[in-house]
Amino acid sequence: MTPKERMAIAPQAMPEQDAQVRAHNMNEVALGYTAEMAKTEASRCLQCPTKPCMQGCPVAIDIPGFLAAAAEGDFATALKIIRKTSLLPAVCGRVCPQEKQCQKFCTMGKVLKDVDKAVAIGRVERFCADLARESGTEEPVTCAPKTGRKVAVIGSGPASITCAADCAKAGHDVTMFEAFHKCGGVLVYGIPEFRLPKSIVRHEVEGLKKLGVTIETNYCVGRTRKVADLIRKDGFDAVFVGTGAGLPKFMDIPGENLNGVFSANEYLTRANLMKAYLEGEADTPFWHGKKVAVLGGGNVAMDASRMALRLGAEKVYLIYRRSLEEMPARKEEVHHAKEEGVDFHLLENAKRILGDDKGFVNGLECLRYELGAPDASGRRSPVPIAGSEFTLDVDTVVVAVGNASNPLIPATTEGLEVNRRGNIVVDPETNMTSIPGVFAGGDIVLGAATVILAMGEGRRAAAGINAYLMKDRS
Amino acid sequence: MNKIVSKKQLSDNVFQMEVEAALIANERKAGQFIILMIDEALGERIPLTIADADPARGTITLIFQTVGATTLKLSKLNVGDALAAVLGPLGRPTSIRGANGEPAGHVVCVGGGIGVAPMHPIAQALKAAGNKVTIIMGARNKSLFVMEDEMRAIAGDDLILITDDGSSGRKGLVTEPLKELCEAGAVDEVIAIGPPIMMKFVALTTKPYGVKTVASLNTIMIDGTGMCGGCRVSVGGATKFVCVDGPEFDAHQVDWDQMLKRMGAFRPQEAAAKDHVCNLYKGI
Ligand SMILES: Cc1cc2nc3c(=O)[nH]c(=O)nc-3n(C[C@H](O)[C@H](O)[C@H](O)COP(=O)(O)OP(=O)(O)OC[C@H]3O[C@@H](n4cnc5c(N)ncnc54)[C@H](O)[C@@H]3O)c2cc1C
Ligand SMILES: Cc1cc2nc3c(=O)[nH]c(=O)nc-3n(C[C@H](O)[C@H](O)[C@H](O)COP(=O)(O)OP(=O)(O)OC[C@H]3O[C@@H](n4cnc5c(N)ncnc54)[C@H](O)[C@@H]3O)c2cc1C
Ligand code: SF4
Ligand code: SF4
Ligand code: FES
Repeated sequence: MTPKERMAIAPQAMPEQDAQVRAHNMNEVALGYTAEMAKTEASRCLQCPTKPCMQGCPVAIDIPGFLAAAAEGDFATALKIIRKTSLLPAVCGRVCPQEKQCQKFCTMGKVLKDVDKAVAIGRVERFCADLARESGTEEPVTCAPKTGRKVAVIGSGPASITCAADCAKAGHDVTMFEAFHKCGGVLVYGIPEFRLPKSIVRHEVEGLKKLGVTIETNYCVGRTRKVADLIRKDGFDAVFVGTGAGLPKFMDIPGENLNGVFSANEYLTRANLMKAYLEGEADTPFWHGKKVAVLGGGNVAMDASRMALRLGAEKVYLIYRRSLEEMPARKEEVHHAKEEGVDFHLLENAKRILGDDKGFVNGLECLRYELGAPDASGRRSPVPIAGSEFTLDVDTVVVAVGNASNPLIPATTEGLEVNRRGNIVVDPETNMTSIPGVFAGGDIVLGAATVILAMGEGRRAAAGINAYLMKDRS
Repeated sequence: MNKIVSKKQLSDNVFQMEVEAALIANERKAGQFIILMIDEALGERIPLTIADADPARGTITLIFQTVGATTLKLSKLNVGDALAAVLGPLGRPTSIRGANGEPAGHVVCVGGGIGVAPMHPIAQALKAAGNKVTIIMGARNKSLFVMEDEMRAIAGDDLILITDDGSSGRKGLVTEPLKELCEAGAVDEVIAIGPPIMMKFVALTTKPYGVKTVASLNTIMIDGTGMCGGCRVSVGGATKFVCVDGPEFDAHQVDWDQMLKRMGAFRPQEAAAKDHVCNLYKGI
C-alpha cells in the first residue's frame, strides 16, 4: 500500500453503547474494535521512519512495529511487541490520554490536521490485549530460577502490579501488601466499571498469582507492620512503595462538611469498590443525589459525574473554572460525558456550599470566571468576575479537585525523604528512596499522574531492585 | 480470613468476640481500632475498637452493640465462623498521661454505653503509667452496662456507675459526677468515649474548668487509611480525618453539632437495611 492509499482509509470509529442507554447502566461504554476494524485501523499507519509516535508514549512502545503486525492480522505478534515495554495494554489502551501522548505526535493526525484522525493506537493496542485474554491465548510467562531474595511490594495499583510482575519474573519471592480487600488500586476503587471492566484488573491480578506472587490484602503497611519491620523482622531484602496519591483535596470553602458533600474518592469508592449501586444487595449505602454538582475538570471529575447519572441523578453539573481547552481530562471522556447529558459549566467555580438546618446540602453558590494572562503552567489563569455570584439548586456536591500523596508510609518510616508536596524522593535511575533497599514509584512519587506513568515507574523500580539485590549478592 | 474463637453476649444487644488476628494483636496499642468485613463481595466495612488483645494466642477482642445491618449480621456469627477481612490496627494510639511526657495525675475516664469497651485498654494503660484513674460508667439502664468487673478491677472504689433510670448506681447523667470532680479541683485530664451527644456534653462540662479533655470520635468510615475523607470532622476550625488524624481529639475543639449532623447522613438507608436484615433473620 502506498502512503496515499493508507491516507485514504477512513479512521475506524469505536463502536459504543448508545448514550441514552449507557447513561443508566454500568456496562462498558466503548465496545472495542472487531478484528477487521483493528486490521483496517492499523493499516492506516504510515510506518514513519522517525517513529514520532514513540516519543509520545511514556514507555516507548514500538508503535509502528506492533501496528505493522496488526495490519497483517497477526495480533499475537503485535501483542508480543507491545508487551516488551508495557505490562498492562488492556488497561492503557483504554485509559491513556492518547491525544496528549502517542497520538499527539502521529503523522497521520498532523497531515489530516486533527489529532482525532491520528492512527487510533490505543484502540488497536486494546484489541490485541483483549483478543489474547478472551481467547486464552496469552503467552505463558516464565520466571528465572529462584534467587532466594524476598521483595515486599506495598500497594496493588498499576505501579505495584508491574513491579511485582517484573520482580517475580527475575526469580525473587514477591509478596504484595494491599490495605483494601481487593487489588488494583485506583483501577478498582476509582475508575468505574463502565470505563474499565473490573474483570480485566482481576485477570492481571490472577496473572501475578500465576507468577507465584503472594498477595496479602487487608494489610496496611505502616500500621499492621512498619516498613522497617518488613525488613528487620520479616526478612524482606527489598521493599517497593507504590501507595498512590490517595489523599483527597478539598476546596476549603464554607459548607464542605455538610451531608451530601463527598470527595470523589469517597463517592467513587462507595460505588465501585463497595458496589453500592447494587442497592438491596450491597451493604454499603449510597447517596441518592438527584441534582449533583461535580467540582473539577479531570478524569476523576468526569468519572464522578458520569457515575452520578448512572446512580439515578436527574441533573449533573460539572463545574470547572477554566475553559474546555484547559480541561485535563481525556478528550474521549469529556465527549462521552457531554453525550450522556452532563451539563458543563465552564469558567465557573464554587464559592460556598449551602445547607439546610439539618446539615444537608441544598444549594451551591458559584462565581463566574474569565481567562486572564497565562500563569506559570503556561495556561491562561482563571480570574473571578466580581459580583457574578449565582446559585445552583443541588442536593449533592462531589469535590474532584485532585489528590495529594498519602502520608501514612512517610509518617511511619523513619529516614524516608519526601519533598514539599509529600511525594517520596527517589533516584531517577533506580527509583531507590533515601533508605537503601527501599524503592518507590507511581503516584506516591509523581503526584497524581497516569496509569502508564505509574506502570513505567514500577518497571524502572523493578530493574533497580534487581540490580540492588544482585550486586548485594556478588 | 479471621476465625472467631470465642463469643459472649454481654447484654441484650452487646456482644463480645475474640477473633484471630495475630499481627494486629502484636502491634495494637490502647485507643486503636480495626475495620472488618463479614463478606468481601457485597459487605460493608465497619470500624470497631480493639477492646483487648492476646499476643500469645494471636487474638483480639471486639465488643459491639447491634445498631444496624452489619453489627446485626456480626452478632449472628458463631465460634468457628470467620470474618472475611480485618484491617488494623488503625488510628493513632491514645496519648497516655504519665507515659507521654506529661506527669501522671488524676485522669477521669467517662464511658457511655458501649463506649466503656474501648475505654478498657485505655484505662488499663493509664493505671499502668501511674495515674489515679476514676471511671464514670453511664448507661440508660442497668442491663446495658458492660465490663463492670473489668473496670472495677482498674478503678476500685473510684468506679462511679450512673443510669438514666437509677436501676444501678446513681440516677442521672455522667456529666453530674464529672462536674463534681472538676469542682473539687483535682482532675488533670478527662477522656470520654460514648455517644457523640454524651461526648459533647462532657466537653461542655469540663470547659469552664479548663481541664484537658480528649474524646474518641466514632464517625462513619470506609477505608480507614485517609483515602476517602468520609470520616472528616472540624477540629479547631480545621478539617481532620478521624481515621488517620484521630480517633482522639481535643474535645473542646471538636465541632460537635456538625459531627452529630454528619453521623445522620445515611440514616434512611441504614434503617431500611436494618429492617431488611431483621426480616431475613425472622425468616420473613
Ligand atoms: C477516578 C480516577 C480516574 C482516573 N482516570 C485515569 C485515566 O483515565 N487515565 C490515566 O492514565 N490515569 C487515570 N487516573 C490516574 C491513575 O489511576 C493513577 O495515576 C494510577 O492508578 C497510579 O497508580 P499507583 O500504582 O501509583 O497507585 P494507586 O493506583 O493509587 O494504588 C495504590 C494502592 O496502594 C494501596 N495503599 C495505600 N497505602 C497503603 C498502605 N499503607 N499499605 C498497603 N496498601 C496501601 C491503596 O489502597 C491502593 O490500592 C485516574 C485516577 C482516578 C482517581
Ligand atoms: C473508630 C471507631 C471505633 C468504634 N468502636 C466501636 C466499638 O468498639 N463497639 C461498637 O459497638 N461500635 C463501635 N463503633 C461504631 C460502629 O462502627 C458502628 O456502630 C457500626 O459501624 C454500625 O454499623 P451497622 O451497619 O450495624 O449500622 P448502621 O446501619 O451503619 O447504623 C445504624 C444506626 O447506628 C448509627 N450509627 C452508625 N454509625 C455509628 C457510630 N459510629 N456510632 C454510633 N452510632 C452509629 C446510625 O446513625 C444508625 O442510626 C466505632 C466507630 C468508630 C469510627
Ligand atoms: S501505552 Fe498509552 S501512550 Fe503508549 S502507545 Fe499505548 S496508548 Fe499510547
Ligand atoms: S506517527 Fe502515526 S503514522 Fe507514523 S508510525 Fe507512528 S502511528 Fe504510524
Ligand atoms: S475513613 Fe476514609 S479517610 Fe477516614
